[in-house]
Amino acid sequence: MTPDTLILLSLFVWFLPLGNFVLLIFFHRRIPRNGDWIATSVVFGTLVLASIILVSKFMLYQADIIQTNVRWIDFKVLHGGSPLGVELGILIDNVAAIMLTVVTLVSALVHLFSIGYMRGDVRYGRYFAYLGLFTFSMQGIVLTNNFFLLYVAWELVGLSSYLLIGHWFEKQSASDAAKKAFVVNRFGDVGMFLGILILYATFHSFRFDVVFNGIRSGIFPGGSEPWLTIAGVLIFCGAIGKSAQFPLHVWLPDAMEGPTPVSALIHAATMVAAGVYMVTRTFAMMTGDALLVIAYTGAFTAFLAATIAVVQTDIKKVLAYSTVSQLGYMIMGLGVGAYTAGFFHLTTHAMFKAGLFLGAGSVIHAMHYALHHQGDHHTDPQDIRTMGGLKEKMPITFWTFFIYTLAISGVPFTSGFLSKDEILAGTWAFAQLTGHTLIPIVAFSVAGLTAFYMFRLLILTFLGNHADDNRIQYIHESPHVMTIPLIVFATLSFFIFYSFNPFSAAGGWFAQLVKPPDFVVPSAMAATSPALFAETVHNVHLPAMLLSILVAGLGILGAFTTYYWKKIDANALAQKLAPIYKVLLNKWYIDEIYEYVVVNGTKRVSTILAWIDNTIVDGIVNGVAKLTVILTHGVRHTWTTRSIPALLYIVASALLSLYLGWEAMLTTLPETSSPMTVIQSGIVGVVVSALSFFLFYGGVGGFDAKIVDGLVNFVATLSGVLGLLLRRIQTGKVQTYILWALIGVVVLFIWFR
Amino acid sequence: MTIQILGLGILSWITFIPLLGMVAVLCMPKHAHVAMKWTAAVVTLVQVILAAVIYFNFNPTLSGINTLDGMQFVERLTWIDLQSNTSFGRIHIEYFLGIDGLSMPMVLLTALISFIAVFASWNIDKALKGYIAMLLLLDTGMMGVFVALDFFLFYVFWEVMLLPMYFLIGIWGGPRREYAAIKFFLYTLAGSVLMLLAMLALYFSVVVVDPATGEKIHTFNMLAMMNPANYEPNSLLAGIGTTMRAIAYLALFIGFAIKVPIFPFHTWLPDAHVEAPTAISVILAGVLLKMGTYGLLRISYPMFPEMAQQYVVPLAILAAINIIYGALCAMAQRDFKKLIAYSSISHMGIVLLGMCALNSQGMVGAVLQMFNHGTITAMLFLIVGVLYDRAHIRDLDAFGGLALTMPKYTGVTTVAFFAALGLPGLSGFISEAFSFLGAFQNESIRLITIISTVGIILTAAYMLWTLQRVFLGHPHEKWRSLPDVSPRELFTLVPLAVIVIVLGIYPSLMINFMASSLNHLVDIVVRGSIHTTVLQF
Repeated sequence: MTPDTLILLSLFVWFLPLGNFVLLIFFHRRIPRNGDWIATSVVFGTLVLASIILVSKFMLYQADIIQTNVRWIDFKVLHGGSPLGVELGILIDNVAAIMLTVVTLVSALVHLFSIGYMRGDVRYGRYFAYLGLFTFSMQGIVLTNNFFLLYVAWELVGLSSYLLIGHWFEKQSASDAAKKAFVVNRFGDVGMFLGILILYATFHSFRFDVVFNGIRSGIFPGGSEPWLTIAGVLIFCGAIGKSAQFPLHVWLPDAMEGPTPVSALIHAATMVAAGVYMVTRTFAMMTGDALLVIAYTGAFTAFLAATIAVVQTDIKKVLAYSTVSQLGYMIMGLGVGAYTAGFFHLTTHAMFKAGLFLGAGSVIHAMHYALHHQGDHHTDPQDIRTMGGLKEKMPITFWTFFIYTLAISGVPFTSGFLSKDEILAGTWAFAQLTGHTLIPIVAFSVAGLTAFYMFRLLILTFLGNHADDNRIQYIHESPHVMTIPLIVFATLSFFIFYSFNPFSAAGGWFAQLVKPPDFVVPSAMAATSPALFAETVHNVHLPAMLLSILVAGLGILGAFTTYYWKKIDANALAQKLAPIYKVLLNKWYIDEIYEYVVVNGTKRVSTILAWIDNTIVDGIVNGVAKLTVILTHGVRHTWTTRSIPALLYIVASALLSLYLGWEAMLTTLPETSSPMTVIQSGIVGVVVSALSFFLFYGGVGGFDAKIVDGLVNFVATLSGVLGLLLRRIQTGKVQTYILWALIGVVVLFIWFR
Repeated sequence: MTIQILGLGILSWITFIPLLGMVAVLCMPKHAHVAMKWTAAVVTLVQVILAAVIYFNFNPTLSGINTLDGMQFVERLTWIDLQSNTSFGRIHIEYFLGIDGLSMPMVLLTALISFIAVFASWNIDKALKGYIAMLLLLDTGMMGVFVALDFFLFYVFWEVMLLPMYFLIGIWGGPRREYAAIKFFLYTLAGSVLMLLAMLALYFSVVVVDPATGEKIHTFNMLAMMNPANYEPNSLLAGIGTTMRAIAYLALFIGFAIKVPIFPFHTWLPDAHVEAPTAISVILAGVLLKMGTYGLLRISYPMFPEMAQQYVVPLAILAAINIIYGALCAMAQRDFKKLIAYSSISHMGIVLLGMCALNSQGMVGAVLQMFNHGTITAMLFLIVGVLYDRAHIRDLDAFGGLALTMPKYTGVTTVAFFAALGLPGLSGFISEAFSFLGAFQNESIRLITIISTVGIILTAAYMLWTLQRVFLGHPHEKWRSLPDVSPRELFTLVPLAVIVIVLGIYPSLMINFMASSLNHLVDIVVRGSIHTTVLQF
């Protein structure tokens, strides 16, 4: 297994899903079962390849970074410069190998699940095509070794997300959500684009290693250190969009309009984690200040989303806000310097969150079926208030969902416990080292909130009695294609797959593979060194772990007290805390503010500008035309009445024209003049004065006037044919005059030569 | 490299073969509609084949712009030669054709768009003979502009193209066709007058030695006009950075700006587009707008390098206005065609921004954007035409759910829309990205570039909003029976879509052929103006 083979394999992993897309988008109608079996088996094939890559990376090339480049665009050599171009390439390091496997694994299982979930859908074939496009684009983000390809793949996952959110585009809400997702992401992408521009302008390369080496050797964008922070934060803007961080998180909950397996794949496990992945990729170039921005953004997002998740009643919305919150967690982890922990949480979260969504899909599937059989078209199949007691009817779904819930709540022996615990310890250490104590406080309270709302969800959905006695009899467990992925994800939510020690991931293969890179920024600007940070984390690990178990236990206890034993009346509490409850229920009114300020503001500005364009800018154009016509008629009138003003007008315009000609001649006359130049300037003067007289008088006066007729008789004869032609097709006469003027110039020019 | 067919150079063939077609069409009986259409189709197909021959025989290492050696497929003859009298030199106008990396993409584009325009005109019934004749004449005019290297010849082609356009809008257009046609004609003519004056000023200033007689003569040769050594001392435009040169530059600029169109000279465009028949909109947006930016790059930049450098910031500001203002105006439109027209203004702003960069990436981005905008906007106008042909209205709010009833149409439209909003993997992104990339590297316009990126968001917003309003949602009962795109319509759209995708994935197919020339152009401007600063101090 040589590095070249690995590259070849990764190219297969990358491009095979694209083949799915191309094949299915054009031919899905001609293939049996719309080609779902092709798509699914191809993606399972890439899963095997990706696992081979991961294993060989682990066994053979653990310390190596395998990369290859091709020159994609050549700008050739600008005089006196070095050759410019754009190189594209792929890079397989440990992080990429892990991510490659995670993406293919989730994608493969979601493909499988979709066969059951999407059965009978109107656009079944196209759905699988889009899944292929998504997987391809996502692997682009994973494999790229440069910012350019990163941006390309970044936008392409945006496209596949758009297409899949809008899969049921007949629904207004779905097409709205798709549009919103794309446009909101564009805000972040523009920031990232500017960050990339800054880096390219400085280093003339898009490659990560070239950029990093450049920074290491002391070259800064714009020549100054703050620009390095700015570039880092701008790059991070991309992650704010894609990973749904505040203030651009608003698209993700709406994205739940897409089919549930899509939510699992794209909007929970992989695409939204791309932002986190990108921060790990660019971690080395982040300055201490940039990381601080990242940490606070993540912390605030985690808190904001967790509070909203507590009061949501739509099963997917709860999970969506939970995803936003957990992404904030990862971002915060990276921001405080817990590099390994942040990426580790990405991996574990991908498993249990994909599982949660697929579990929710299984529930919705069952509810949908039951409601359909009842002939009930009003009840929302996603509202947890209409559920309850599904445990007996859907045991596999329940038990797997239970395991995921344990994992996300951070209960010991789960994968989530391991990763979350690492992040919490990281925030604690960060506070010790820098004094930012708010971050661990937020982190621990979010851990408690997470346990609370997740168990609330579990209890309301599966435990207790079902809301409708009649409906429960129609509820049944989902088919095997759907339950098998659930079981696989549940299995992968146990600690054993990541570390043999259930209380620390430090000794596991994951921690062995993923080590924080050294900062390339100058040490004065860098955050705490990874070594010192690791030491501090080690010291606070035990108290952090105990505290995290405590808050998770409190959260779970709270959920059971309120929703299972019903010792606390949730509704009464909501009424008592009505103002807070309303704010949370309305998602802090952020959507409303955006709708009012950004959306309506832009629309209003655009309406006003269109009005200005139509009335003022174009009005001036039309006004000039109208003025000429009015003047024409006016002068013609005065002329035909042979009034004094007409004569005065001729004299005045003649004088003015002569003056203009004189000025033109003087201006063009060079200081040292020869006869030749005097003549030339003379010609210019005559041309200018003739032209202006033509425009003043001829253009304005109208050709019917006798004197003008006489003056331009010569010209008229020459261009009579053209004139006649024009006269026949025109309604106004203005354009004739300018044409006359033009011809006049040409004639004068020929005459003078 | 020269290729001759029947003793005539390939550039003459590609330019004048539509004229032959026009003569043939004029000789046909009035009702021979089929014959006329197929004549036009064959003629433009030959043009496309010739363009392909040019592409495959083009030497990408030659630079051109101001070097005769670097020009390819050159044809040079004396056209008008009036002997001198006692006090004046002689008038010497050449028939001088040649292309380099700047004009080659435009030649390809013109051939391609003309070919497609013929098929987009297939349903024209009204006075078909006149229509086809005008279309072919227009084709010759456009092609001529891109291959001419003599300013006078350039000007003649420029004007030749104007007249058929006037008639095509004025006779075959929509309800307000006469207003739109006159507006277009007058506006462009006003620009032409200014250009003419600048051309004369250049002519009087430039002197070359006639190799045959040793006599000093004035010339319209563009290449000669680009060499500062040819300017007669003390002539009108002699020296560097003089007021006269600034005036001449501005005159040329306004002449070209009207064509681009650059704010505030743009208001003829929405009117012309809305009234013009589909095929003419396609040509107008696909080729004619590029003449403005082509003129700036072919004439203004190399002939007035110091002015190009000096006015880079104002031009960039105009570019930013075009991008953002055009996008915002587009957002407010309810007429599908007007929306696309305003989006053209926005996208041409990106060309201008790339030109302002004065470096490889920006220049390549700008010229590539000229080509890409040509193909993408042609698609967009064809798409509007498809819908208008069926529904006879263009009100965006009247539609909905066409994705269900017209799936093929929706598929093609999605490609075009996403190309227009700059999705990576499609050609629009490449040129947009490199234009921004180049402009960002020029520190004097960096802030303007940053502001312009707002256009990226706005474009996504209005494009997706349009897509949603027309194609998504529930289908209206009224439009349920609209047939999907016909094979003929697909035939016009698919080649463009293929180009958009191929150039999006592998833009080197174009960039390789442009890079040498454009680097040379940048070099002329930058070094020309370094020269200036030396003189000024």
